[in-house]
Amino acid sequence: MTDTPIRVLVGKVGLDGHDRGVKVVARALRDAGMEIIYTGLHRKATEVVHVAVQEDVDVIGISVLSGAHMTIFPQILDLLREHDADDVLLIGGGTILQEDVEELERLGVARVFGVDTPLGEIIEFIRANAGRRM
Amino acid sequence: MSDVERWERETVAPFLDRVEERRQEFTTRSGRVVRRLYTAADVLRRDDGEGFPGEFPFLRGPYPTMYRARPWTMRQIAGYGGPEDTNDRLRYLIAQGQTGISIDFDMPTLMGFDSDHEDASGEVGREGVAIDHVDDLHALLDSIDLGAISVSMTINPTAWVLLAMHVVVAEERGVPLDGLAGTTQADIVKEFVAQKEWVYPVAPSMRLVRDMIVFSAERLPRWNAVNISGYHIREAGATASQEVAFTLAAGIAYSEDVVASGLPFDDFAPRLSFYFVADSEFLEEVAKFRAARRLWARIARDRFGAENPESMRLRFHCQTAGSALTARQPLNNIVRASLQALAAVFGGAQSLHVSGMDEALAIPSELAMKVALRTQQIILEESGVSSTIDPLGGSYAVEALTNEIEQEAAEYLEEIDARGGTVECVESGFFQQEIADAAYRSQLEKESGERVVVGVNAYREQQDGALPFEIHRIDPKTEARKVAALREFRARRDQARVDSALEELGRVAATDENVMLPTIEAVRARATGGEIVDTLRAPFGTYVETVVF
Repeated sequence: MTDTPIRVLVGKVGLDGHDRGVKVVARALRDAGMEIIYTGLHRKATEVVHVAVQEDVDVIGISVLSGAHMTIFPQILDLLREHDADDVLLIGGGTILQEDVEELERLGVARVFGVDTPLGEIIEFIRANAGRRM
Repeated sequence: MSDVERWERETVAPFLDRVEERRQEFTTRSGRVVRRLYTAADVLRRDDGEGFPGEFPFLRGPYPTMYRARPWTMRQIAGYGGPEDTNDRLRYLIAQGQTGISIDFDMPTLMGFDSDHEDASGEVGREGVAIDHVDDLHALLDSIDLGAISVSMTINPTAWVLLAMHVVVAEERGVPLDGLAGTTQADIVKEFVAQKEWVYPVAPSMRLVRDMIVFSAERLPRWNAVNISGYHIREAGATASQEVAFTLAAGIAYSEDVVASGLPFDDFAPRLSFYFVADSEFLEEVAKFRAARRLWARIARDRFGAENPESMRLRFHCQTAGSALTARQPLNNIVRASLQALAAVFGGAQSLHVSGMDEALAIPSELAMKVALRTQQIILEESGVSSTIDPLGGSYAVEALTNEIEQEAAEYLEEIDARGGTVECVESGFFQQEIADAAYRSQLEKESGERVVVGVNAYREQQDGALPFEIHRIDPKTEARKVAALREFRARRDQARVDSALEELGRVAATDENVMLPTIEAVRARATGGEIVDTLRAPFGTYVETVVF
């Protein structure tokens, strides 16, 4: 069954307000036929996971430009495990160094996209990996 | 038939039959269609003409002799870690020939959280320097002569607190307030619209800006209380015309508030300062700066009844576009930033920051900032472009683009008025939606390859390989160190004095009196930024955004 659209929670965690990228991504995913829940800014990890569980999303996409990514992503991963929701695909984006990207992916973030990533690549990755409802 | 039509028909058309142009249509990043050729016929003559530098409408420059008398201020931003870390960088830059300083604060400082606040976790000292109290600011400015160098602070929702701290630092060092030069960004409209760091709702936030402008007009004659910023508006995705229009709309809103409080426009307008980006679209950017100057001069004269020419003269700081920089092939960023810096100089900037080559990767390293500063010095000292004023003035293309941008921005300003004004447009999400739409259009252009980004969607390399330079790393112990120091600071101070100062601040905030004096007293008493910001949460409330994407 592929007629249920992929549900994606897209948002910003932490204090930085750079939301150009996350909004562009949200719109591109929506235009690609996905159902988008956009959290707005300055969210806490607990809020994001709470909404994700409530809304039963397939994917969480979090953008961080403040440099706080090594604090934020592990928090989200832990909370997802606590809620038995670690089948949710967690992806990230932002200004994140390659070595941190590797560490985050090792910890369980499915993919961390950089600022130069084409939108098509993000869409394809989600389609290929958010498969549990299929 | 005009001369141009004849040329198009007789010379261009047969040539096009043989050799096609590279594109069907040439457009700028802002979506403006660029003509094949501009001629005298495209340059609209206006009633007040282009004027001369230092004269209304200041199209050709805010000052009569421009860089021949005084070069732009070279003001590279610094801010990371604790105050001592940033102080090292500031002193390094001054030693390299920088002529003004500029400070970036971390997210907790910007949003009014002390370093030990739960919400500050993971963010302390990362995107800027962490400043919790006045002694941190003392440390940040250690060995820097505040009577001799101007200090610019990128601080917004909590700007009034940092201004109060700066005043107390000056007092405690014996620097007379009338000699204190610098800028607090304090542009809260731009925050709601683009940069998105806020604390209080729109109305009380506007009142804080008003209080800063009024206080500065009375006590700090060389201080720019507000730096009305298009930079972040553009970086969030706006077009050049939107950048001009939305920035001037914010300037109009602040001015109306201050005038309504009883201070005549001419008493504060000469110290209003502006801030724009220099993006990569070279000619359009040069035109944008010129258009903004002419449009503001008219607004000051016609809308606010300014009589003093100083009130009509738009002065601006400029920063090259961070969003234009790429993580791939990062040395290319040196070239991008140089061209952008040149546009700022052709546009007549009073102050300039050139972005570091590594900014798509991290907070700039010392080397990246040195190269950026040297870029400015090479433009000033070697290129010769600063020897004459407005060297592109009279270029058919630049003059035509200047007219177009001014016209488009003026139309936006009419629409903003028709929609109920700047504050109404912030609250309804009008600005945010216009910017999000423009950002999306621009991204789709990059996706399709229509907008070439060298090294990213064209001229790519299979393997980028190792970075060609070392990047700056934040000391991971910064946060713990800052938290421990803050706790010691709190234990040392006279708590009763802090409590009573905060109580008085809360009382004043609930009235319409100016909050600057009680804030300064709270800072003197060693209240922290977080405590001062918290004190106003009860009377003011907190902002909840209108989410659009």
